[in-house]
Parts: sequence; C-alpha cells; structure tokens
Amino acid sequence: MAIECLVLGAGQEVGKSCVVVTINGKRIMFDCGMHMGHLDHNRYPDFSLISKSGDFSNALSCIIITHFHLDHIGALPYFTEVCGYRGPIYMTYPTKALGPLMLEDYRKVMVDRRGEEEQFSSQHIADCMKKVTAVDLKQTIQVDKDLQIRAYYAGHVIGAAMFYAKVGDAAIVYTGDYNMTPDRHLGAAQIDRLPLDLVITESTYATTFRDSKYAKEREFLKAVHNCVAGGGKVLIPTFALGRAQELCMLLDDYWKRMNIKAPIYFSAGLTIQANMYYKMLINWTSQKVKEAYATHNAFDFKNVCNFDRSIINAPGPCVLFATPGMISGGFSLEVFKQWAPYEANLITLPGYCVAGTIGHKLMSAKTPTTIRLDEGTQVDVRCQIHQLSFSPHTDAKGIMDLIKFLSPKNVILVHGEKPKMAVLKERVQSELKIECFFPANNETVRLPSSHSIKALATDEFLKSSLNPNFKFLRPSIVENSSPGAGDMRTPPLQVFDDRIAEAVLLMQKNEYPKAVHQKELEKLLSEQSHSVTFSHCFPVVYNDSRNRTEDSASSNNTKMTSDLDERLLLHQLSALLSDKCNNLTIQACEGKVQVESFTASVCSRDNCPHRTTSTSSYETKVVYFCCNWSASDDEIAWKIILTMKDLSLCIS
Amino acid sequence: MLLLQTCLSEGKGYHFPACHILCVSGFRILFDFPLDLSALTVFSPIPIEPLTKYHEEKCPESFESTQIKRRKIEKSLVADDLIHAEPYFKTIKNLQSWNISFIDIVLISSPMGMLGLPFLTRNKGFTAKIYVTDAAARLGQLMMEDLVAMHKELRLVYGPGQSGGPQWMKWNELEFLPVELKEVILGKDGTDFGGWMPLYSADDVKECLHNVRSLKYGEEVCYNGTLLIKGLSSGLEIGSCNWSITTPKGKIVYLSSSIFTSEICMNFDFLPLQGSDVFLYSDFTITNKGNIEDDIGSSSLVADDSSENDEIGVVVNSLANTAESTEETEKLSFLCSCALDSVKSGGSVLVAIGRIGIMIQLLEQIAVLLESSDLEVPIFVISSVAEELLAVSNIIPEWLSKQRQDRLYSGQPLFAHVELLKRKRVHLFPEIHSCSLLKMWQEPCVIFCPHWSLRIGPAVHFLQRWCGDPNSLLVMEEGVDPNLSLLPFNPMEMKVVQCSFLSGIASTKIKPLMKILQPTCVLFPEKMGKIIGNLNQSSSMIYYSENQTVLVPKPKSVSELNIAVELASLLQCANIGKEDLTVARLKGELSVERGQYHLLMQKEQALSSQKRPLLYFGRVDINLLEEALKKMGVIAAATPEAMDTSPRSENVHMLQVLEPVKALIEVTESETVVSTSDEFLAARISEAVRNILYVV
Repeated sequence: MAIECLVLGAGQEVGKSCVVVTINGKRIMFDCGMHMGHLDHNRYPDFSLISKSGDFSNALSCIIITHFHLDHIGALPYFTEVCGYRGPIYMTYPTKALGPLMLEDYRKVMVDRRGEEEQFSSQHIADCMKKVTAVDLKQTIQVDKDLQIRAYYAGHVIGAAMFYAKVGDAAIVYTGDYNMTPDRHLGAAQIDRLPLDLVITESTYATTFRDSKYAKEREFLKAVHNCVAGGGKVLIPTFALGRAQELCMLLDDYWKRMNIKAPIYFSAGLTIQANMYYKMLINWTSQKVKEAYATHNAFDFKNVCNFDRSIINAPGPCVLFATPGMISGGFSLEVFKQWAPYEANLITLPGYCVAGTIGHKLMSAKTPTTIRLDEGTQVDVRCQIHQLSFSPHTDAKGIMDLIKFLSPKNVILVHGEKPKMAVLKERVQSELKIECFFPANNETVRLPSSHSIKALATDEFLKSSLNPNFKFLRPSIVENSSPGAGDMRTPPLQVFDDRIAEAVLLMQKNEYPKAVHQKELEKLLSEQSHSVTFSHCFPVVYNDSRNRTEDSASSNNTKMTSDLDERLLLHQLSALLSDKCNNLTIQACEGKVQVESFTASVCSRDNCPHRTTSTSSYETKVVYFCCNWSASDDEIAWKIILTMKDLSLCIS
Repeated sequence: MLLLQTCLSEGKGYHFPACHILCVSGFRILFDFPLDLSALTVFSPIPIEPLTKYHEEKCPESFESTQIKRRKIEKSLVADDLIHAEPYFKTIKNLQSWNISFIDIVLISSPMGMLGLPFLTRNKGFTAKIYVTDAAARLGQLMMEDLVAMHKELRLVYGPGQSGGPQWMKWNELEFLPVELKEVILGKDGTDFGGWMPLYSADDVKECLHNVRSLKYGEEVCYNGTLLIKGLSSGLEIGSCNWSITTPKGKIVYLSSSIFTSEICMNFDFLPLQGSDVFLYSDFTITNKGNIEDDIGSSSLVADDSSENDEIGVVVNSLANTAESTEETEKLSFLCSCALDSVKSGGSVLVAIGRIGIMIQLLEQIAVLLESSDLEVPIFVISSVAEELLAVSNIIPEWLSKQRQDRLYSGQPLFAHVELLKRKRVHLFPEIHSCSLLKMWQEPCVIFCPHWSLRIGPAVHFLQRWCGDPNSLLVMEEGVDPNLSLLPFNPMEMKVVQCSFLSGIASTKIKPLMKILQPTCVLFPEKMGKIIGNLNQSSSMIYYSENQTVLVPKPKSVSELNIAVELASLLQCANIGKEDLTVARLKGELSVERGQYHLLMQKEQALSSQKRPLLYFGRVDINLLEEALKKMGVIAAATPEAMDTSPRSENVHMLQVLEPVKALIEVTESETVVSTSDEFLAARISEAVRNILYVV
C-alpha cells in the first residue's frame, strides 16, 4: 500500500504542470499543461514515462485538470488526440467552458502569427473537450469502484479547483493554483479538513508575503484616475480571461462611484466573449458578486464599449484592455507603440512578465527611456508606467496556512522556483513537522499510505464504546490534609471520561474479522467464561493507644474488633497506603479499600479459608485483612500486601 | 439500525410531492414538506365587484340565510358557493401527530417540496438540519416569495383577519358547504381540516432560507458523522433530486418522482442509486393518472419483454430512450400552435403553467414561433419574481440537461430568453399594475403568469378580462379539476387547453429500473403494488400506505469497522481451541466519520503499560491442574469435602497445596479462587490454571 508521485512537469519550475500520482494501484494524472518558455519537445511533459508502450488509456485511471490556464491544460488535446488517451477526464464546468477558448487562442498565436507547425488543430480541441466530464464543486464522483474524487474551490481563476482523490484508505489533495484571499470577483480557496496522506501544493510565492490587496487596488485606481483626468489614455495589457474581468469590475465600479465618463474599451472579441461565459458562471465567483446577481450581473459592464481601431488616435481620454498581457506582440504591442511616447498616457503591467517580453523590459525601465523592439524599430517611452502587484496566487503564509489546516502526513511542492521551494520545505518540516519534498521533473517520490483493516462491529461493542466511561477520583487524604495552598490547587473530586473502545476481535478464515464486546464472547464461542481470583487473609499489627484498661485486662485477643474500630483501621489503611503508594488510585468505601480489582477488608472470621498461614497468637493487637484480586492485578496486589504487612496502624 | 417509515402524504403529482418520515439509526428524517395548492380552488378569486352582495348574505343565523345555504348543498356548484375569504393553505395534516422538535433532518427533493417549510421553521422547537440542492433552494425561495406577494393582494381586499379564525372554518358554516368543496376542505375521510393554515409571512420565508443548508450537485454531506447524505438529480425539475443516505449499516435510497430524459434539467441520475439496502419508492405518478387499466396492460407486456438475460446496459439504454421526451416536445409544439392560432384570430393567450421548466420552454418556443410568423405580438411575463426566476435559470448550468450545457460550452446563453429579453421580444413585469406595462399594453398579447390554481396572482385578472372572448386561449396544466378551477369565470367563452406533462416514472419502466438498481429491500406504495406486482425475486418487498408506520427489518446486524494498521499490528492472537478461529483483544479510540466507524490508535496507547483483565474460557479439570502443578514442583492434593467448613454446592473441588508453601485452590464451574500468602506460588498456580483454560 503506497503512494507514488511522478512529477512530469512543474517540478522545481513554473510551467507545464503535470503530476502522475499512483494511489494503491490507481493512477491519476493531475493537470496536463504546456511550458510557454519552450518551443521544442520540452514544452510538453514527457508522457513516455507513464507508459513505454504508449497505451495511456490503460496506464491511467483518469485525468484531472484544475483550471484553464495553458500551463495546466495546454497539452491535453495533444495527449488525447495525438497520443491517444481515451480514458475519463474531469474538470469543473468553467474550465470545460473556458479551456477551449484558451487552447484555440494559443493555437492561433502559434500557427497564424509565429507560423509554426500546429501541434493540434481546432478539431482536436473540440474532440478533446467532448471527452471531458464536467464536475461541480464538492460533487463526489466515483470514477470507478475504488477511486473517488471531489473538487474544492481554489480561487485563482474562475473554475479553478483543488482536487481530492481517495483510493481505499489512502487520500491526497492536489491544489493546482490557488488563492487564499478573496479578490474582486473570486472567493478564497475553501476545503474540508480531511485525513490525508499527501498534499501536492503549488509554491509560486514560496517566500513572498503580501499585505492588503485593497491598498494596491486603491493605488491602481488612483493612477488610472489621474491619467484619465489629465486627458491621457490608459493601456491595460492583460490576458483575456481572469485578470481582465477583475480589473474591469474594479474600474466599472469606480467609474460608477466617481461618475467618470471616459470610455472603457475591450480590444479583443475574446474578452467580450469571455464576459458572456462569466455571466453564466457567476455562481463560481465570490459570495458578494453572487448575491448581487439578481439586480445586476457584475459582468454586465455598464461603462464598457467595443473598441474600434480608429479610436487609437482619437482625441480624449480612454481606458483600453488589450491582449496579450506581457506586450509580447499582437494588439497590445500595436497600441503600445502609439501611446508610449506621450507623457499623459499610462501603461499598467501585470505582476509577472516572462523575460524577453516588452513587459519585462518595461518593468525594470525608468521613464523616459527607449525600448528596442527589433533591429529596425525602437520606441520612445515617455508615458507613466504602473506595475500591478496583485496576484491570483497565494503567498507563503497562505501555503503554510493551508498545509497546517489540512495537516497531511506528507507535502510535495511543485510549481515554484527551486531555491524558494527549498526555503519553504525547511519551514514546513521545522514548523509543521510534516515531511516535505520538492522533486524535479521526471523524479518520483514514494510514500507509504494509510491503510486500515476492514472488519465488522457488533452493536454491543459500538454501544459500549460510545457510552461515557466516568471515573471519579478523590485526591488522596494526605494531600488534602496538608494545609494551605495545596487545597486550592486540587479540586475535591476529579472526573475522568476516557472513552476507550475495548473489543475482542474474532478472526475466521475467509470472513471479515468481527469486533465484539466481551460480554458476547461466551455465546459466540459457546464456551463458559471462567474467573480466576486470588485471596489472602493476613494479620496486621496495630496499636490501641486508648486507655481502655478493662480491655487490656481481659485479653490481647484481637478477634473482636468493634465496628467502629474496623472503620478507623480501614480509614487509616487507606490513608497510609495513599501515602506510600502514591502512584496508585486508592479508593475507600463501604467497608473496604480498593485498588483496581484488589480489595481489602477487615476479616472477622476465625476460620477464614483464605488464611493459609497458621494462626499463632501475637504479642500485640492484630487485625486480619482479607484481600482478594483478579489475576491481572497480581503485581499491584502483592506490592500492597507487602506494604500492608509493614504498616503500623494505630487507634487513638 | 431500526428503520421506521411513515408515509405522511402520497401527494398529488408534480405540484404536491409525497411526504415521508423515516427513522434511521436513531435519527428522524422528514422528506419534503409541500403545500397542497390545488386546494386553493375552494376560495373565490379576488372579487371584481364590491363585496356588498357577499356581506348581505352574511347576516348570521337568519332563517333566510340558512335557506340559501341549504339550497347550496342541493343544486350544482356556482361561483358564489366558493369561499369569499382570505385563502388559507393546506399543509400536510399528518405531521401534526408528530412532535416536530424531534425531527433531526429534513431532505427536500424539489422546489415544490419546500413550499411548506416556513410553517416548520418558524416554530421555536424546530431545530432540524434542512438539506436542499442549491438550485431547488433558489427556485423554492422564488416560489415562496411569489406566493406571499400574490397573497398580499387578497389580504388587502379582505382586510385583517378576525380573531378566533375565519368565519368559513366554523363548523356550522362548513356543514352547509357544497359537497365538492367539503371534500377538498375536510378530505375524503373528513380529517384534513387540521392542515389548514394562514399563509406565512415574507419574514418567515427569509428565516426559513436562513436555516437551509444548500448542497451542490452530488455533494456529500455528513450528518453527525453517522449519515452520509447525497442528492442526485431526479430529472423532474431544475434542482430536484433523489437522496442516497449511507449509514454504517447500509445504504438507503429515497426515490422521488423522476424523469429519465429531460429537455431542460439534468437527467435522472439513477446508476449511483444501485445496490441499496433499503429503497423507499415514492414516485406516485402512475396512481395520479386516471388510466390505471392501461398501465396494467402495458407493464405486464414489458415484463415479458425484458427477459432475465438482458444485459444491464441494454436495460439502461431502454430506460433512457427518448420516446418520452419526444412526446413532451410534441405536446409543447401543439401548445405553441394553439397559441399561434389564437393570436392570429385576434385573441390573447394566457399561459398559467406552474412548472418552471415547461414554462421556460414554452416561453422560448412561442417567442420563436411568433417571430418566425412575423407577428408583432408582445409577450409579457408577469410575476413578482419573473426577473429573478429567469436570471437564476441562466446561471445554474450544473443542473441543466446536456443540450443546455452544450450551449454554455459554445458561449451561448443557456436559455433563449436572455436574447429575447435583450431584443425586447419578451417583457418582464413584477406586477399587473406596473406603469411600464400599462404604457406598453396591447392586445392581442401572450401572457405568462402565475398562478396555476387560477385563484391568486395576475392570472385571475386576465381571466376575468378575457373569459368572455372566444378567440382567447387559456393554457393550463392537468391536475386541477377544470370545472372547479374555472367556476368563477363562468360562462367561459375562452378556449381552454389543459395539458398533462410527464411527471414521474412510467409504469412500464419501474421493473426494468428496479432490475438495474437491485435493492435488497423495497418499500413500495401498496396502491401501486397491485398494479405492478412483485418487482423482482432478489428484492424483498414491503408495502406501505398513507399514514401507516412500517417497520423495516434491520438490513444488517453489524456495522463496518476500519481498524488502523498500527493498531492491528499490536494484536496478540490467541487460540481458543476452535479450528480456523483466532481471537485477539482490541483496544483503541472509536470514531465515526463520514458514515464509517474507525478504530484508531490512541495517542498514549503505545506507551501505556496498563494491563487489561484477562478473559478466561473453559473449565478447570482438577486432576489436570494437580498434574500441571506437579510438573512445576508444587505438591497438591484434593481435599475431601469434609474439610470444607462452609456450605457449598456439590461442584466445588478443593485442592490443598502443601509444598513449597501452604495454599488452597478452590475450583467451581465458573471460578477458581487461589488462597496463598506466597507471591511466587501464586504466580505458578496462576500459570498452571492459564495453561488449562483458554485465555483471551
């Protein structure tokens, strides 16, 4: 019984997320992404490691895609249509709806703009998506007899989910990308506390701590407002899905509040089309957005209009959303060339830009500056530049919080930078005492998995273990008698309720073991139960310091101790025993002293059968204590007897 | 698990689902709590003329009025016979014999099934957890809010209610009611009277929803660690579901009215209901139809058809065939063509259909048809919740049919009404008096409005306006008695189309379905048992009828238990002289989680050295013991009875140990008592005894 985790992508890097986890023989592929930084075979995960023969349909139980970003879904059409995987694929409704848009957009960029040979066609994308089973959050899906999966809200982008997978007793969670704080349109990640063997988490910001988002948002709005108020144009290069909607909601709301009239444009049809999806998928956004839907669907942007190419150089202020986000080409680059040379204009940059893009160059630049586009052209940049610093990824605190909340037996970090992951691993191990790994691509981590033995339980047993099991302890008299502070600390009575399930397990060949209560055993085994007890009756010397002359005169015979004397002696016995054996719980009640099954009581019978030693006469007064105990308390019993024999009791 | 099932109400089709109480593992579960809105027909709709006529009649106890009343009983029913008072609502009267504060869980299987909930939740003692699918909760909320809004209009007419209950509820009034009304008010057996309640308030609805825990599609929710509850689509309406309840002792399935293939909502998801231990069949559809005779014929026919050798896959396909949905589609197109005819002849169309899915489909199709026929006829949807209802329908793709979901994937709105609204083909108004409606008003027009009972809501006003127009058309549902429901609008010149829609499992499909689901024990309505006969050999059948408690035998006597491996590795097995059987003591921490028991290692258990008392089985043979002791160097001899001083039973054996130290061993059938002063001797004797007995 084990878990094997083969990291095919996003091991010690960001890009082409793909982890194949084998749980008790079931193999699940989490995410099937592509790497945007590679153009060769390295852009896809090395699928040959899953199956040498290429029979992926039998090698995998299912594929789970966490969200629609290309580094999580990009290789899926290739894997299903070109590599020939035919098994089940699961993703949330929004991912199934928006994933193809992302894939198609990417395909177009690759083929139409860069003129590359296409890895998969539009038809491939459509065929691939037909095989996908869409799931709702928290919907529990039985993939097959043994494998159960469930999606949890992850924030990040619309439809992003963490996935729980369980096979037998072993269970894991794969987080995908997630956000632990809510943003304008999405809620924070949310998951149940589950018994887990492993959590595989992203670690993009493994060492970063971010402060309030609202301050950042205010900064952004102020920058945009200032620019528009001064008659400038604002260029917001973004991806079509996710960030564009978030920022647009922010602006739309601000426009309404501040009564700003400057138009907001969306450059690409993609973003407008995406809004249509967002409107239908509003249940997947944050609580606040959802609640307002009846009167106003938050994705019905009132101030947004379609962009026309002629507007680029039209006078007057405006805000323009344009793709791609890192100004690596396309429309955002075209507009950038036009608007960058003017001081009144503003360009916002996303939080993360890949090296080599214009966005990346601008991040480190100080205006005014000159940016070289290629050999022939360069652009004078005089406009203002504002870098957005909010991210849909969780920060280090969020990762730690999630791991702490889930408290799995093991953690694997993926989707991050190696040095930062190493730091986080140390923190997880030292602060949370959880084993942590961050394998590189194509490495495998093997872990043991939880396993339990299936048995049956009778009602009698279950009832007995669910009933309260009270134990009342009176702190020993000696402690009580010591005056002062001691009395304050120890309550007069301590109550314990340790519920321990005790059963007898019957194991028979070819049958499930059966846990029964010991009371039922006699009947089930058809054997009579037998008790084995020990008894010992022995004299203890005591001293009667009372001046009862008539007594002493009569005899030193001890047989006839009075009732009162018996009680006094027992009381004294319990007190002295508590003193001498303070690790034992001594109870005195109803004419006997009891420790576990051991009981001692004053014996007044002359011919007690348990008195094996011959009765000889004693110099001093003696009292006989008759003790009995069951075999299990043998050790304690003899210890107490030894102590008792040494005692010197005294009636005063 | 002791299972007790009581059917509180068999219901009346789509709008009034059945209601049950089930006691499982000590928890009481209530399934659905609907209102019988068809009973509203005993009330008069909002009066057009002033109430004077009615009040005149009211002079109490005069000879004349009694005469009028007597006449009422004798002659056939007229509009004036209806009760002119603020309507009361008919709830499930059988719940009144239960203490509602003892209900632990309420499971709602459709929006209609929650219409009575505010009556429960407004009680202080009511603390049950209510589970409803998110889509059903939203639609149910809108239906309740609409009910309250429509009722407000009547409240304004009749003014505040009298103290001591309304006049019509007095026995001497009831006595003189026409027999048709009496039957609705008192029920067939005259006991329904207790179920009538004045409607809840908007605040009651709000508080009710506050107490509802809404579930996502197929979400498993755990109650008290013991019950794992899951709702799966039933196909009847958006958000409606069947319930699967997993307990440590088996699985229980509650099957509400279900439709295999639906045009609008997610199909009946029946495969996960397979292999239940107890199956509560609560789809009364076939008993609600008149033509039981036909059903018998066809069902026996199918029973022959599906031979035992049929592959499950074949049966599944036959269940999911589209014949039913094609029939439904045809019905809709027929209704559309009727509407078109009316409009063409200058009449208006009033669609008073309460089924949300059907209503939305008709709206789409009529709009498309009118557009394609180049008719500039406006379509109005008039309801206090029209806007929200249509908005909600467009944001719950998770609960819709495959066809609708495909619209999402292709970027189209889920329903055409989004486009129709945008293009101003369809107009929404919250109420009939909306200013913008008056401005836009034109006839002929097509109006969609509640309520299907034709007693409350905007529909009443339109009926009063058009009932004399032979060109106009009323589209209504089957299920209400048309004579009674149209009574206030007589003489009715309007054309009326009453259409029945599929609202459950057809009798021909019951047997194949049960064949796939293979439940161990089926709770089946007695009424239907006569029609269907025995379902299949592998399931045991228990028949139930309304307001009768049925005791279901325990499906399993033992629960499943998962023992942690760490704990199992500590087991010390003992042989007890039986072949193949070994016994071990087990100790741990019992927890119940997600419907399963787990025995876990206690934190201090590994360290604790505390011994548990051993359990001994068998008998001590005195001779064997003597022998065993001898091997250990202990010399013992049986003592004659005479030595014994105390009176004992005859089966006592005494063994006197002489060496090394004196001791006495007393053996009976069930007990061995060793008396000795020597610890080492005691240990040796103990060992000897243990070797003779089986020790666990």
